Amino acid sequence: MLPKNGLLNRRTFLAGSAGFLSTAVWASSQKDEPWRFTSGRRMSPYGAPSKYVGLERLQIGGHPLAPEAGASSTPLERLNGIITPNSLHFERHHSGVPDIDPSQHRLRIFGNVQRPVSFGYEDLQRYPLVSKVLFIECSGNSYANTLPTALDKSAGELNGLLSCAEWTGIPLRQLLEEAGYDPKSDWVVAEGADAAGMNRSVPLSLALEDAMIALYQNGEPLRAEQGFPMRLLVPGCEGNLSIKWLRSLEVRKNPAHTREETSKYTDLLKDGSANQFSLRMGVKSIVTAPSGKMQLPDHGVYEITGLAWSGHGAVKAVEVSADGGRSWRAAEIQSEPGLYRPTRFRLPWRWEGQPAVLQSRAVDSSGNRQPTRSGALANAAPGFTYHYNGIQSWGVDQQGRVSNVYR
Amino acid sequence: MSTGKYVVVLVGLLLVPWVMAQELKPKLGQPLEKLPQLAIGPSGQGLPLGSGSVEEGAIIYRNQCLACHGPTGRMPGNALAGGIGSLDGASPNKTVGSFWPFATTLFDYIYRAMPYGREKTLRDEEIYAVTAYVLFLNDIVSEKTTLSASSLPEITMPNREGFQSVYQIEAVDRALKIQ
Repeated sequence: MLPKNGLLNRRTFLAGSAGFLSTAVWASSQKDEPWRFTSGRRMSPYGAPSKYVGLERLQIGGHPLAPEAGASSTPLERLNGIITPNSLHFERHHSGVPDIDPSQHRLRIFGNVQRPVSFGYEDLQRYPLVSKVLFIECSGNSYANTLPTALDKSAGELNGLLSCAEWTGIPLRQLLEEAGYDPKSDWVVAEGADAAGMNRSVPLSLALEDAMIALYQNGEPLRAEQGFPMRLLVPGCEGNLSIKWLRSLEVRKNPAHTREETSKYTDLLKDGSANQFSLRMGVKSIVTAPSGKMQLPDHGVYEITGLAWSGHGAVKAVEVSADGGRSWRAAEIQSEPGLYRPTRFRLPWRWEGQPAVLQSRAVDSSGNRQPTRSGALANAAPGFTYHYNGIQSWGVDQQGRVSNVYR
Repeated sequence: MSTGKYVVVLVGLLLVPWVMAQELKPKLGQPLEKLPQLAIGPSGQGLPLGSGSVEEGAIIYRNQCLACHGPTGRMPGNALAGGIGSLDGASPNKTVGSFWPFATTLFDYIYRAMPYGREKTLRDEEIYAVTAYVLFLNDIVSEKTTLSASSLPEITMPNREGFQSVYQIEAVDRALKIQ
Protein backbone atom coordinates (compact mmCIF):
# COMPACT_ATOMS: atom_id res chain seq x y z
CA MET A 1 0.00 0.00 0.00
CA LEU A 2 1.47 3.32 -1.06
CA PRO A 3 1.66 5.92 1.72
CA LYS A 4 -0.21 9.14 0.89
CA ASN A 5 2.97 11.25 0.96
CA GLY A 6 4.60 8.94 -1.60
CA LEU A 7 7.79 8.42 0.47
CA LEU A 8 9.09 4.89 0.03
CA ASN A 9 11.42 2.56 1.85
CA ARG A 10 14.77 2.52 0.07
CA ARG A 11 15.26 -1.26 0.32
CA THR A 12 11.91 -1.94 -1.34
CA PHE A 13 12.86 0.46 -4.11
CA LEU A 14 16.19 -1.25 -4.82
CA ALA A 15 14.74 -4.80 -4.69
CA GLY A 16 11.89 -3.90 -7.06
CA SER A 17 14.13 -2.46 -9.72
CA ALA A 18 16.01 -5.70 -10.55
CA GLY A 19 14.88 -8.13 -13.27
CA PHE A 20 15.29 -6.06 -16.42
CA LEU A 21 18.98 -6.78 -16.72
CA SER A 22 18.64 -9.99 -18.76
CA THR A 23 16.87 -8.38 -21.73
CA ALA A 24 20.01 -6.96 -23.34
CA VAL A 25 19.70 -5.63 -26.86
CA TRP A 26 22.44 -6.93 -29.14
CA ALA A 27 21.45 -5.28 -32.35
CA SER A 28 22.97 -1.86 -33.03
CA SER A 29 23.84 0.03 -36.18
CA GLN A 30 26.59 2.48 -37.12
CA LYS A 31 23.89 5.11 -37.39
CA ASP A 32 22.64 4.60 -33.82
CA GLU A 33 25.99 4.16 -32.05
CA PRO A 34 28.76 5.37 -34.39
CA TRP A 35 31.33 5.42 -31.54
CA ARG A 36 31.30 1.62 -31.47
CA PHE A 37 32.70 1.43 -35.01
CA THR A 38 35.73 3.74 -35.05
CA SER A 39 38.56 4.82 -32.76
CA GLY A 40 37.93 7.67 -30.38
CA ARG A 41 40.11 10.72 -29.82
CA ARG A 42 43.59 10.70 -28.30
CA MET A 43 44.65 11.37 -24.75
CA SER A 44 44.63 14.97 -23.56
CA PRO A 45 47.03 16.80 -21.21
CA TYR A 46 44.38 18.24 -18.91
CA GLY A 47 40.97 16.60 -19.11
CA ALA A 48 37.73 18.35 -19.83
CA PRO A 49 34.08 17.35 -19.37
CA SER A 50 32.22 15.63 -22.21
CA LYS A 51 30.82 18.09 -24.73
CA TYR A 52 27.38 16.82 -23.72
CA VAL A 53 27.88 18.03 -20.15
CA GLY A 54 27.57 21.80 -20.06
CA LEU A 55 28.27 22.51 -16.41
CA GLU A 56 28.88 26.09 -15.37
CA ARG A 57 29.06 28.14 -12.23
CA LEU A 58 26.15 30.52 -11.89
CA GLN A 59 27.03 34.20 -11.58
CA ILE A 60 25.14 35.84 -8.77
CA GLY A 61 25.58 39.55 -8.36
CA GLY A 62 28.71 41.56 -8.72
CA HIS A 63 28.52 45.29 -8.21
CA PRO A 64 28.05 47.32 -11.42
CA LEU A 65 31.02 49.53 -10.47
CA ALA A 66 33.11 46.58 -9.26
CA PRO A 67 32.25 43.48 -11.32
CA GLU A 68 35.28 41.58 -9.94
CA ALA A 69 33.84 41.85 -6.44
CA GLY A 70 31.08 39.30 -6.74
CA ALA A 71 30.21 35.66 -6.36
CA SER A 72 29.40 32.61 -8.42
CA SER A 73 27.71 29.50 -7.12
CA THR A 74 28.00 25.75 -7.57
CA PRO A 75 25.24 24.16 -9.72
CA LEU A 76 24.30 21.77 -6.90
CA GLU A 77 21.31 20.30 -8.75
CA ARG A 78 23.55 18.90 -11.48
CA LEU A 79 26.15 17.25 -9.24
CA ASN A 80 26.04 14.10 -7.15
CA GLY A 81 28.03 12.56 -4.34
CA ILE A 82 29.59 15.15 -2.02
CA ILE A 83 32.72 16.45 -3.80
CA THR A 84 32.58 19.66 -5.84
CA PRO A 85 34.84 19.57 -8.92
CA ASN A 86 37.48 22.31 -8.66
CA SER A 87 36.17 24.13 -11.73
CA LEU A 88 32.74 24.42 -10.09
CA HIS A 89 33.71 25.38 -6.53
CA PHE A 90 31.80 28.54 -5.58
CA GLU A 91 33.65 31.86 -5.72
CA ARG A 92 33.40 34.99 -3.63
CA HIS A 93 35.99 37.70 -4.25
CA HIS A 94 36.11 41.20 -2.82
CA SER A 95 38.53 42.59 -5.37
CA GLY A 96 38.90 39.96 -8.06
CA VAL A 97 41.23 36.96 -8.41
CA PRO A 98 44.93 37.87 -8.08
CA ASP A 99 47.43 36.17 -10.37
CA ILE A 100 50.09 35.28 -7.78
CA ASP A 101 53.54 33.99 -8.75
CA PRO A 102 54.27 31.46 -5.98
CA SER A 103 58.01 32.19 -6.12
CA GLN A 104 57.23 35.81 -5.12
CA HIS A 105 54.80 34.90 -2.36
CA ARG A 106 55.60 34.37 1.32
CA LEU A 107 53.54 33.52 4.39
CA ARG A 108 54.58 35.65 7.37
CA ILE A 109 53.88 34.83 11.02
CA PHE A 110 54.47 37.71 13.42
CA GLY A 111 52.96 39.63 16.33
CA ASN A 112 53.02 37.90 19.71
CA VAL A 113 55.55 35.22 18.74
CA GLN A 114 59.11 34.52 19.89
CA ARG A 115 60.46 34.24 16.34
CA PRO A 116 58.74 36.19 13.56
CA VAL A 117 59.20 33.97 10.49
CA SER A 118 58.24 33.67 6.85
CA PHE A 119 57.79 30.65 4.62
CA GLY A 120 58.02 30.23 0.86
CA TYR A 121 55.62 28.06 -1.14
CA GLU A 122 58.28 25.40 -1.77
CA ASP A 123 59.26 25.39 1.93
CA LEU A 124 55.71 24.55 2.93
CA GLN A 125 55.60 21.55 0.56
CA ARG A 126 58.21 19.86 2.76
CA TYR A 127 56.05 19.86 5.89
CA PRO A 128 53.95 16.83 6.84
CA LEU A 129 50.58 17.35 5.16
CA VAL A 130 47.10 16.20 6.14
CA SER A 131 43.98 15.73 3.98
CA LYS A 132 40.41 16.40 5.04
CA VAL A 133 37.11 16.40 3.16
CA LEU A 134 35.41 19.62 4.29
CA PHE A 135 32.63 21.91 3.21
CA ILE A 136 33.08 25.63 2.76
CA GLU A 137 29.92 27.73 2.93
CA CYS A 138 29.69 31.47 2.43
CA SER A 139 27.80 33.00 5.32
CA GLY A 140 25.62 34.80 2.77
CA ASN A 141 24.53 31.49 1.24
CA SER A 142 20.75 31.06 0.72
CA TYR A 143 20.26 34.77 1.41
CA ALA A 144 17.59 34.91 -1.32
CA ASN A 145 15.37 32.68 0.80
CA THR A 146 15.31 35.32 3.55
CA LEU A 147 13.59 37.78 1.18
CA PRO A 148 9.83 38.33 1.62
CA THR A 149 8.90 36.59 -1.68
CA ALA A 150 10.17 33.19 -2.85
CA LEU A 151 12.22 33.58 -6.04
CA ASP A 152 11.84 31.00 -8.82
CA LYS A 153 15.46 29.85 -8.83
CA SER A 154 17.38 26.58 -8.92
CA ALA A 155 18.98 24.81 -5.94
CA GLY A 156 22.41 26.09 -6.98
CA GLU A 157 21.28 29.65 -7.63
CA LEU A 158 19.71 29.76 -4.16
CA ASN A 159 22.07 27.61 -2.09
CA GLY A 160 25.22 27.10 -4.19
CA LEU A 161 27.63 29.19 -2.12
CA LEU A 162 28.35 25.79 -0.59
CA SER A 163 31.03 23.50 -1.96
CA CYS A 164 33.06 20.58 -0.72
CA ALA A 165 36.59 19.41 -1.51
CA GLU A 166 39.35 17.25 -0.15
CA TRP A 167 41.76 19.89 1.16
CA THR A 168 45.40 19.02 1.80
CA GLY A 169 47.67 21.24 3.82
CA ILE A 170 49.77 21.86 6.90
CA PRO A 171 48.12 21.93 10.31
CA LEU A 172 48.43 25.59 11.30
CA ARG A 173 49.45 24.57 14.81
CA GLN A 174 52.81 23.33 13.45
CA LEU A 175 53.73 26.70 11.97
CA LEU A 176 52.50 28.63 15.02
CA GLU A 177 54.64 26.39 17.23
CA GLU A 178 57.67 26.94 15.03
CA ALA A 179 57.17 30.70 15.41
CA GLY A 180 56.74 30.28 19.17
CA TYR A 181 53.25 31.75 19.59
CA ASP A 182 52.34 33.39 22.88
CA PRO A 183 49.75 31.05 24.50
CA LYS A 184 48.27 34.02 26.39
CA SER A 185 47.20 35.62 23.12
CA ASP A 186 43.68 34.75 22.01
CA TRP A 187 43.51 35.73 18.33
CA VAL A 188 45.30 35.45 15.01
CA VAL A 189 44.61 38.04 12.30
CA ALA A 190 44.88 36.47 8.85
CA GLU A 191 45.45 38.69 5.81
CA GLY A 192 45.18 37.94 2.09
CA ALA A 193 47.49 39.16 -0.67
CA ASP A 194 44.60 40.22 -2.92
CA ALA A 195 43.94 43.90 -3.63
CA ALA A 196 41.17 43.83 -0.99
CA GLY A 197 43.79 42.76 1.56
CA MET A 198 40.97 40.74 3.12
CA ASN A 199 41.61 40.33 6.84
CA ARG A 200 39.84 38.47 9.61
CA SER A 201 40.48 37.78 13.30
CA VAL A 202 40.49 34.04 13.97
CA PRO A 203 40.27 32.72 17.54
CA LEU A 204 43.65 31.20 18.43
CA SER A 205 41.80 28.18 19.84
CA LEU A 206 40.40 27.42 16.36
CA ALA A 207 43.77 28.07 14.72
CA LEU A 208 45.40 25.52 17.04
CA GLU A 209 42.55 23.00 16.94
CA ASP A 210 42.11 22.02 13.30
CA ALA A 211 42.84 24.97 11.00
CA MET A 212 45.22 24.31 8.13
CA ILE A 213 47.21 26.14 5.49
CA ALA A 214 45.73 24.45 2.44
CA LEU A 215 47.94 23.89 -0.62
CA TYR A 216 45.90 21.29 -2.54
CA GLN A 217 42.25 21.02 -3.51
CA ASN A 218 40.93 17.65 -4.66
CA GLY A 219 44.48 16.50 -5.31
CA GLU A 220 45.80 19.40 -7.40
CA PRO A 221 47.32 22.72 -6.31
CA LEU A 222 44.67 25.24 -5.26
CA ARG A 223 42.83 26.99 -8.04
CA ALA A 224 43.54 30.72 -8.25
CA GLU A 225 39.90 31.40 -7.32
CA GLN A 226 40.43 29.37 -4.15
CA GLY A 227 43.56 31.12 -2.98
CA PHE A 228 46.55 29.82 -4.93
CA PRO A 229 49.26 29.45 -3.78
CA MET A 230 47.87 28.99 -0.24
CA ARG A 231 44.80 29.67 1.83
CA LEU A 232 43.76 29.45 5.42
CA LEU A 233 41.08 26.85 6.06
CA VAL A 234 39.08 26.94 9.30
CA PRO A 235 36.81 23.87 9.19
CA GLY A 236 33.11 24.36 9.89
CA CYS A 237 33.34 28.14 9.93
CA GLU A 238 31.93 30.76 7.56
CA GLY A 239 33.91 30.82 4.33
CA ASN A 240 35.14 34.38 4.76
CA LEU A 241 37.27 33.29 7.74
CA SER A 242 39.31 30.96 5.50
CA ILE A 243 41.39 33.78 4.03
CA LYS A 244 42.52 33.08 0.46
CA TRP A 245 45.93 34.07 -0.96
CA LEU A 246 47.14 33.99 2.65
CA ARG A 247 50.00 36.43 3.18
CA SER A 248 50.32 36.99 6.92
CA LEU A 249 49.19 35.75 10.32
CA GLU A 250 49.48 38.15 13.24
CA VAL A 251 49.16 36.64 16.73
CA ARG A 252 47.56 39.16 19.07
CA LYS A 253 45.72 39.59 22.33
CA ASN A 254 42.46 41.02 20.95
CA PRO A 255 40.53 40.83 17.68
CA ALA A 256 41.19 43.63 15.19
CA HIS A 257 37.44 44.22 14.57
CA THR A 258 38.09 44.44 10.85
CA ARG A 259 35.46 45.68 8.45
CA GLU A 260 34.55 42.07 7.53
CA GLU A 261 33.80 41.17 11.17
CA THR A 262 31.88 44.32 12.13
CA SER A 263 30.20 45.99 9.15
CA LYS A 264 29.79 42.67 7.30
CA TYR A 265 29.28 39.02 8.32
CA THR A 266 27.56 40.04 11.58
CA ASP A 267 23.92 39.29 12.36
CA LEU A 268 21.72 42.30 13.04
CA LEU A 269 18.81 41.32 15.30
CA LYS A 270 15.34 42.83 15.61
CA ASP A 271 16.30 44.61 18.84
CA GLY A 272 19.01 46.54 16.96
CA SER A 273 21.95 44.67 18.50
CA ALA A 274 24.16 42.41 16.40
CA ASN A 275 25.82 39.05 16.85
CA GLN A 276 29.52 39.20 16.04
CA PHE A 277 31.96 36.30 15.50
CA SER A 278 29.09 33.88 14.80
CA LEU A 279 31.71 31.81 13.04
CA ARG A 280 30.36 28.26 12.93
CA MET A 281 27.85 27.53 10.18
CA GLY A 282 24.60 26.06 11.48
CA VAL A 283 23.31 22.57 10.66
CA LYS A 284 21.68 22.64 7.23
CA SER A 285 20.41 20.45 4.42
CA ILE A 286 18.85 20.97 1.04
CA VAL A 287 17.14 18.69 -1.45
CA THR A 288 19.13 19.00 -4.69
CA ALA A 289 16.74 16.88 -6.75
CA PRO A 290 13.93 17.20 -7.51
CA SER A 291 14.53 20.92 -7.03
CA GLY A 292 13.73 24.41 -8.30
CA LYS A 293 13.09 24.92 -12.04
CA MET A 294 13.06 21.17 -12.74
CA GLN A 295 10.24 19.44 -14.58
CA LEU A 296 9.25 15.91 -13.57
CA PRO A 297 8.79 14.17 -16.95
CA ASP A 298 6.07 11.71 -15.92
CA HIS A 299 4.44 9.93 -13.02
CA GLY A 300 6.45 7.25 -11.27
CA VAL A 301 9.25 6.71 -8.81
CA TYR A 302 11.90 9.39 -8.20
CA GLU A 303 14.79 9.59 -5.81
CA ILE A 304 14.74 12.58 -3.47
CA THR A 305 18.38 13.39 -2.82
CA GLY A 306 20.38 16.20 -1.31
CA LEU A 307 23.25 17.38 0.84
CA ALA A 308 23.49 17.97 4.58
CA TRP A 309 26.30 19.54 6.60
CA SER A 310 27.05 21.27 9.90
CA GLY A 311 29.73 23.56 11.26
CA HIS A 312 29.08 22.17 14.74
CA GLY A 313 30.17 18.60 14.01
CA ALA A 314 29.01 15.71 11.85
CA VAL A 315 25.57 15.16 10.32
CA LYS A 316 23.74 12.60 12.43
CA ALA A 317 20.41 12.19 10.64
CA VAL A 318 18.37 13.65 7.81
CA GLU A 319 14.61 13.41 7.43
CA VAL A 320 12.60 14.11 4.29
CA SER A 321 9.03 15.34 3.92
CA ALA A 322 6.92 15.36 0.74
CA ASP A 323 3.92 17.13 2.27
CA GLY A 324 5.41 20.39 3.49
CA GLY A 325 6.46 19.08 6.90
CA ARG A 326 3.29 17.28 8.03
CA SER A 327 5.00 13.88 7.92
CA TRP A 328 8.68 12.96 7.84
CA ARG A 329 10.68 9.88 6.98
CA ALA A 330 14.34 9.13 7.73
CA ALA A 331 16.53 9.33 4.61
CA GLU A 332 19.42 7.01 3.97
CA ILE A 333 22.76 8.69 4.62
CA GLN A 334 25.14 7.40 1.98
CA SER A 335 28.48 9.06 2.53
CA GLU A 336 30.20 8.33 5.80
CA PRO A 337 29.53 11.19 8.22
CA GLY A 338 32.56 13.10 9.46
CA LEU A 339 33.40 16.38 11.15
CA TYR A 340 32.45 19.29 8.87
CA ARG A 341 32.04 16.84 6.00
CA PRO A 342 28.83 17.06 3.96
CA THR A 343 26.81 13.94 3.56
CA ARG A 344 24.61 12.78 0.67
CA PHE A 345 21.12 11.58 1.59
CA ARG A 346 18.59 9.68 -0.52
CA LEU A 347 14.98 8.51 -0.28
CA PRO A 348 12.72 7.09 -3.01
CA TRP A 349 9.39 8.81 -3.67
CA ARG A 350 6.43 7.95 -5.84
CA TRP A 351 4.74 10.83 -7.62
CA GLU A 352 1.32 10.26 -9.15
CA GLY A 353 0.46 13.86 -9.90
CA GLN A 354 -0.34 14.89 -6.34
CA PRO A 355 0.78 18.43 -5.40
CA ALA A 356 3.75 18.08 -3.04
CA VAL A 357 6.20 20.15 -1.05
CA LEU A 358 9.61 18.49 -0.72
CA GLN A 359 11.75 19.36 2.30
CA SER A 360 14.68 18.00 4.26
CA ARG A 361 15.86 18.68 7.80
CA ALA A 362 19.13 17.63 9.44
CA VAL A 363 20.36 16.98 12.98
CA ASP A 364 24.06 17.15 13.86
CA SER A 365 26.30 15.39 16.38
CA SER A 366 26.06 18.36 18.76
CA GLY A 367 22.27 17.94 18.89
CA ASN A 368 21.46 20.98 16.75
CA ARG A 369 18.32 20.74 14.60
CA GLN A 370 17.86 22.60 11.35
CA PRO A 371 15.15 25.24 11.91
CA THR A 372 12.15 26.03 9.75
CA ARG A 373 12.37 29.17 7.63
CA SER A 374 10.36 31.20 10.13
CA GLY A 375 12.35 29.74 13.02
CA ALA A 376 15.65 30.73 11.39
CA LEU A 377 14.38 34.28 10.78
CA ALA A 378 12.64 34.75 14.14
CA ASN A 379 15.24 37.14 15.57
CA ALA A 380 16.77 38.50 12.36
CA ALA A 381 16.34 42.19 11.53
CA PRO A 382 14.95 43.06 8.07
CA GLY A 383 17.60 43.41 5.36
CA PHE A 384 20.59 41.29 4.46
CA THR A 385 20.69 38.13 6.59
CA TYR A 386 23.85 36.08 7.05
CA HIS A 387 24.12 32.52 8.37
CA TYR A 388 20.62 31.52 7.20
CA ASN A 389 20.01 27.77 7.58
CA GLY A 390 16.23 27.41 7.39
CA ILE A 391 14.55 24.43 5.72
CA GLN A 392 14.36 24.71 1.91
CA SER A 393 10.94 23.88 0.42
CA TRP A 394 10.34 22.84 -3.19
CA GLY A 395 6.76 22.89 -4.42
CA VAL A 396 5.68 20.34 -7.06
CA ASP A 397 2.50 21.25 -8.94
CA GLN A 398 0.12 18.85 -10.69
CA GLN A 399 2.03 19.27 -13.97
CA GLY A 400 5.27 18.24 -12.29
CA ARG A 401 6.87 21.68 -12.34
CA VAL A 402 9.17 22.18 -9.30
CA SER A 403 9.68 25.63 -7.80
CA ASN A 404 10.96 27.42 -4.72
CA VAL A 405 8.18 27.98 -2.17
CA TYR A 406 7.99 29.18 1.44
CA ARG A 407 6.44 27.08 4.21
CA MET B 1 75.90 5.99 40.85
CA SER B 2 74.25 8.64 42.99
CA THR B 3 70.52 9.34 42.95
CA GLY B 4 71.26 12.60 41.19
CA LYS B 5 72.79 10.77 38.23
CA TYR B 6 69.74 8.45 38.00
CA VAL B 7 67.52 11.50 37.83
CA VAL B 8 69.63 12.98 35.05
CA VAL B 9 69.50 9.73 33.05
CA LEU B 10 65.76 9.34 33.62
CA VAL B 11 65.00 12.90 32.52
CA GLY B 12 67.28 12.34 29.52
CA LEU B 13 65.35 9.21 28.50
CA LEU B 14 62.03 11.01 28.86
CA LEU B 15 63.27 13.74 26.56
CA VAL B 16 64.25 11.33 23.77
CA PRO B 17 60.82 11.17 22.06
CA TRP B 18 60.46 14.95 22.35
CA VAL B 19 63.89 15.58 20.84
CA MET B 20 63.18 13.07 18.04
CA ALA B 21 59.89 14.79 17.26
CA GLN B 22 61.74 18.12 17.10
CA GLU B 23 64.24 16.66 14.64
CA LEU B 24 61.44 15.50 12.35
CA LYS B 25 60.16 19.03 11.90
CA PRO B 26 61.46 20.77 8.77
CA LYS B 27 61.75 24.18 10.49
CA LEU B 28 62.14 26.13 7.27
CA GLY B 29 60.83 29.46 8.54
CA GLN B 30 63.19 32.35 7.71
CA PRO B 31 63.61 35.14 10.27
CA LEU B 32 61.39 38.07 9.34
CA GLU B 33 63.52 41.17 8.82
CA LYS B 34 60.73 43.58 7.96
CA LEU B 35 57.53 43.20 9.99
CA PRO B 36 54.27 43.59 8.07
CA GLN B 37 51.73 46.28 8.92
CA LEU B 38 49.65 45.37 12.00
CA ALA B 39 45.90 45.21 11.55
CA ILE B 40 44.59 48.43 13.09
CA GLY B 41 42.29 47.49 15.97
CA PRO B 42 40.51 49.56 18.63
CA SER B 43 43.71 50.22 20.61
CA GLY B 44 45.19 52.01 17.59
CA GLN B 45 48.42 50.03 17.92
CA GLY B 46 50.23 50.13 14.58
CA LEU B 47 48.73 53.43 13.41
CA PRO B 48 51.37 55.37 11.48
CA LEU B 49 52.74 58.85 12.18
CA GLY B 50 51.14 61.82 10.47
CA SER B 51 47.69 63.34 10.53
CA GLY B 52 44.87 64.43 8.23
CA SER B 53 42.00 66.88 8.50
CA VAL B 54 38.33 66.88 7.50
CA GLU B 55 39.11 69.75 5.13
CA GLU B 56 41.85 67.76 3.33
CA GLY B 57 39.63 64.69 3.37
CA ALA B 58 36.83 66.54 1.56
CA ILE B 59 39.09 67.13 -1.45
CA ILE B 60 40.37 63.54 -1.57
CA TYR B 61 36.81 62.25 -1.14
CA ARG B 62 35.55 64.35 -4.05
CA ASN B 63 38.30 63.01 -6.35
CA GLN B 64 38.57 59.40 -5.24
CA CYS B 65 35.44 58.29 -3.36
CA LEU B 66 32.42 60.29 -4.50
CA ALA B 67 31.80 58.35 -7.73
CA CYS B 68 30.83 55.21 -5.79
CA HIS B 69 29.67 56.62 -2.46
CA GLY B 70 27.78 59.75 -3.55
CA PRO B 71 28.31 63.41 -2.64
CA THR B 72 27.29 62.96 1.01
CA GLY B 73 28.19 59.30 1.43
CA ARG B 74 24.62 58.14 1.05
CA MET B 75 24.73 56.16 -2.22
CA PRO B 76 22.40 53.16 -1.74
CA GLY B 77 24.39 49.93 -1.61
CA ASN B 78 27.59 51.82 -0.77
CA ALA B 79 26.29 54.08 2.00
CA LEU B 80 28.87 55.42 4.44
CA ALA B 81 26.67 57.87 6.30
CA GLY B 82 23.18 58.20 7.71
CA GLY B 83 20.90 55.67 9.36
CA ILE B 84 21.85 56.51 12.95
CA GLY B 85 19.03 55.19 15.16
CA SER B 86 17.57 53.00 12.40
CA LEU B 87 18.96 49.61 13.49
CA ASP B 88 15.91 48.43 15.45
CA GLY B 89 13.39 49.85 12.95
CA ALA B 90 11.54 48.46 9.94
CA SER B 91 14.36 49.23 7.48
CA PRO B 92 17.74 49.29 9.23
CA ASN B 93 20.39 51.33 7.41
CA LYS B 94 23.81 49.95 8.33
CA THR B 95 26.50 52.60 7.72
CA VAL B 96 29.80 53.60 9.28
CA GLY B 97 27.91 56.05 11.48
CA SER B 98 24.97 53.88 12.44
CA PHE B 99 26.62 50.47 12.71
CA TRP B 100 30.42 50.37 12.90
CA PRO B 101 31.58 49.95 16.51
CA PHE B 102 35.13 51.33 16.09
CA ALA B 103 36.56 54.27 14.13
CA THR B 104 39.92 52.48 13.81
CA THR B 105 38.28 49.99 11.42
CA LEU B 106 37.86 52.83 8.92
CA PHE B 107 41.61 53.44 8.82
CA ASP B 108 42.38 49.72 8.51
CA TYR B 109 39.88 49.22 5.71
CA ILE B 110 40.70 52.35 3.68
CA TYR B 111 44.39 51.52 4.05
CA ARG B 112 44.02 48.03 2.57
CA ALA B 113 41.03 48.08 0.26
CA MET B 114 40.23 51.60 -0.97
CA PRO B 115 39.85 53.27 -3.39
CA TYR B 116 38.48 50.26 -5.26
CA GLY B 117 40.75 49.49 -8.24
CA ARG B 118 43.58 51.71 -6.90
CA GLU B 119 44.09 49.97 -3.58
CA LYS B 120 47.02 51.00 -1.34
CA THR B 121 47.80 54.18 -3.30
CA LEU B 122 46.72 56.64 -0.56
CA ARG B 123 49.44 58.05 1.70
CA ASP B 124 49.04 57.71 5.48
CA GLU B 125 48.08 61.40 5.83
CA GLU B 126 45.43 60.96 3.13
CA ILE B 127 43.98 57.93 4.93
CA TYR B 128 43.67 59.96 8.16
CA ALA B 129 42.04 62.77 6.17
CA VAL B 130 39.46 60.55 4.43
CA THR B 131 38.73 58.79 7.73
CA ALA B 132 38.09 62.19 9.32
CA TYR B 133 35.84 63.23 6.44
CA VAL B 134 33.70 60.07 6.60
CA LEU B 135 33.27 60.61 10.36
CA PHE B 136 32.33 64.23 9.63
CA LEU B 137 29.68 63.06 7.12
CA ASN B 138 28.17 61.15 10.04
CA ASP B 139 28.31 64.15 12.43
CA ILE B 140 30.68 62.18 14.66
CA VAL B 141 33.47 64.79 14.42
CA SER B 142 33.33 68.53 13.64
CA GLU B 143 34.56 70.10 10.41
CA LYS B 144 37.63 71.46 12.27
CA THR B 145 38.89 67.99 13.21
CA THR B 146 42.36 66.64 12.48
CA LEU B 147 43.00 62.94 13.18
CA SER B 148 46.24 61.19 14.13
CA ALA B 149 47.42 58.02 15.86
CA SER B 150 46.55 59.48 19.25
CA SER B 151 43.13 60.97 18.47
CA LEU B 152 41.58 58.31 16.18
CA PRO B 153 41.29 55.56 18.85
CA GLU B 154 39.71 58.10 21.23
CA ILE B 155 36.57 58.46 19.09
CA THR B 156 33.50 56.72 20.49
CA MET B 157 31.21 55.47 17.74
CA PRO B 158 27.40 55.67 18.26
CA ASN B 159 27.00 51.86 18.03
CA ARG B 160 30.04 51.06 20.21
CA GLU B 161 28.00 48.79 22.52
CA GLY B 162 25.87 47.23 19.77
CA PHE B 163 27.63 43.87 19.37
CA GLN B 164 27.83 40.64 21.32
CA SER B 165 30.51 38.05 20.51
CA VAL B 166 28.89 34.71 19.76
CA TYR B 167 32.25 32.94 19.71
CA GLN B 168 33.05 34.08 23.22
CA ILE B 169 29.54 33.26 24.50
CA GLU B 170 29.88 29.73 23.03
CA ALA B 171 33.35 29.35 24.57
CA VAL B 172 31.93 30.18 28.03
CA ASP B 173 29.10 27.67 27.45
CA ARG B 174 31.59 24.96 26.53
CA ALA B 175 33.72 25.70 29.60
CA LEU B 176 30.62 25.48 31.83
CA LYS B 177 29.63 22.15 30.21
CA ILE B 178 33.07 20.66 30.87
CA GLN B 179 32.81 21.67 34.56
